[in-house]
Amino acid sequence: MTTTNRLSQIFYHYASPATFYPLAGKMIPVFVVLAALFGIAGLWIGLFVAPTDFQQGEGYRIIFVHVPSSWMSMFIYCVMALWAGIGLTMNTRLSSMMAQALAPTGALMAALSLITGALWGKPMWGTWWVWDARLTSELILFFLYIGFIALQASIDDPRRADKAGAILALVGVVNIPIIYFSVTWWNTLHQGASVSLTKAPAMAQTMLWGMLLMALCFWMYSIAVALIRVRAIILERERHTEWVKQLLAGEKHAGA
Amino acid sequence: MKPRHKRAALIVGALISICVAAMFVLRALDSNIALYITPTEVAAGKAPVDKAFRIGGMVKMGSVERKELTVHFIITDTAKEVPVAYTGILPDLFNEGKGAVVQGKMDAKGLFVASEVLAKHDENYMPPEAQHAIDKAQSAGTGAGTETGAKP
Repeated sequence: MTTTNRLSQIFYHYASPATFYPLAGKMIPVFVVLAALFGIAGLWIGLFVAPTDFQQGEGYRIIFVHVPSSWMSMFIYCVMALWAGIGLTMNTRLSSMMAQALAPTGALMAALSLITGALWGKPMWGTWWVWDARLTSELILFFLYIGFIALQASIDDPRRADKAGAILALVGVVNIPIIYFSVTWWNTLHQGASVSLTKAPAMAQTMLWGMLLMALCFWMYSIAVALIRVRAIILERERHTEWVKQLLAGEKHAGA
Repeated sequence: MKPRHKRAALIVGALISICVAAMFVLRALDSNIALYITPTEVAAGKAPVDKAFRIGGMVKMGSVERKELTVHFIITDTAKEVPVAYTGILPDLFNEGKGAVVQGKMDAKGLFVASEVLAKHDENYMPPEAQHAIDKAQSAGTGAGTETGAKP
């Protein structure tokens, strides 16, 4: 019982924007450095070490951006919906801010996935776009992100904006399993999953390593950018509180 | 029950009902979501008449024939076959024994006149040497002519 109390104490301690703001500031450089390291390693393996593909030649190398961005677009949505859901049930301000901070990065990942997919599809399949289940559901995911951002921006009262956004985000979660399983449920032009949890990966080892390193890079990048954004949101929303006024006054003082 | 427990229960309940609703919608739309039908479904008369549709399958080994600008080939799912004619540029990955999706209409003689041919590849990415090794092993094991690569 005491340990759970202790845990919830820690949770509520860092759920306060005033304590999370400096913590996030300390975490950002770590994730930026990690993103750069993983990115360099991943690109190096992907572009120089990994062998060419027996069918697609060099063209398959877009996979090192396409697959990680697709994974991230789905994963970020789940995390965003989770934070929005926590904000809705527990009324913790910071959770809703986290959801708001994640949305643009998620939208970027979905857009990147769609664009690299089109660039890959044209030379390999012979078309930029088909309305198959995988491509269409990923496009819907992109629209969900845009809808979430637009809905939040259109409501002036941040509390009500959070609530409306949270409901949209939670409803949209239905789309995630549809994207993931679309290639097994229906006939699609899109090929099956590159990496599956149930069977051994069908791709060459070095290719897989390149892809996983790039995925880690995208993770670190997303965390870093979300933290930077959440700090800006905290300052904006808490600008009337004492601690932000003191912080800004102190910065002004230091600058002068 | 605290209000936040109530809210949590409400949200979980709503999510479950949305999932169930989505499942029913997707089941109802099932055949409409599929990008293509298979040659077996064509043989069973499931293809629309006088309307463009797509067939997906594998290009039969040794079936590709070029007559001037028109390419003739057979698309198969190993059970049934559909002859296809197409005039135009084929994608680079189009090849015998590989997956393809063709869009077009069936003519009166049962020839599928395609207006678009797309190549379908699978999720097996490997270096050329690995593919050679697999080919060698298969031709040694089962004799020549085993079709490898894309499943339909």
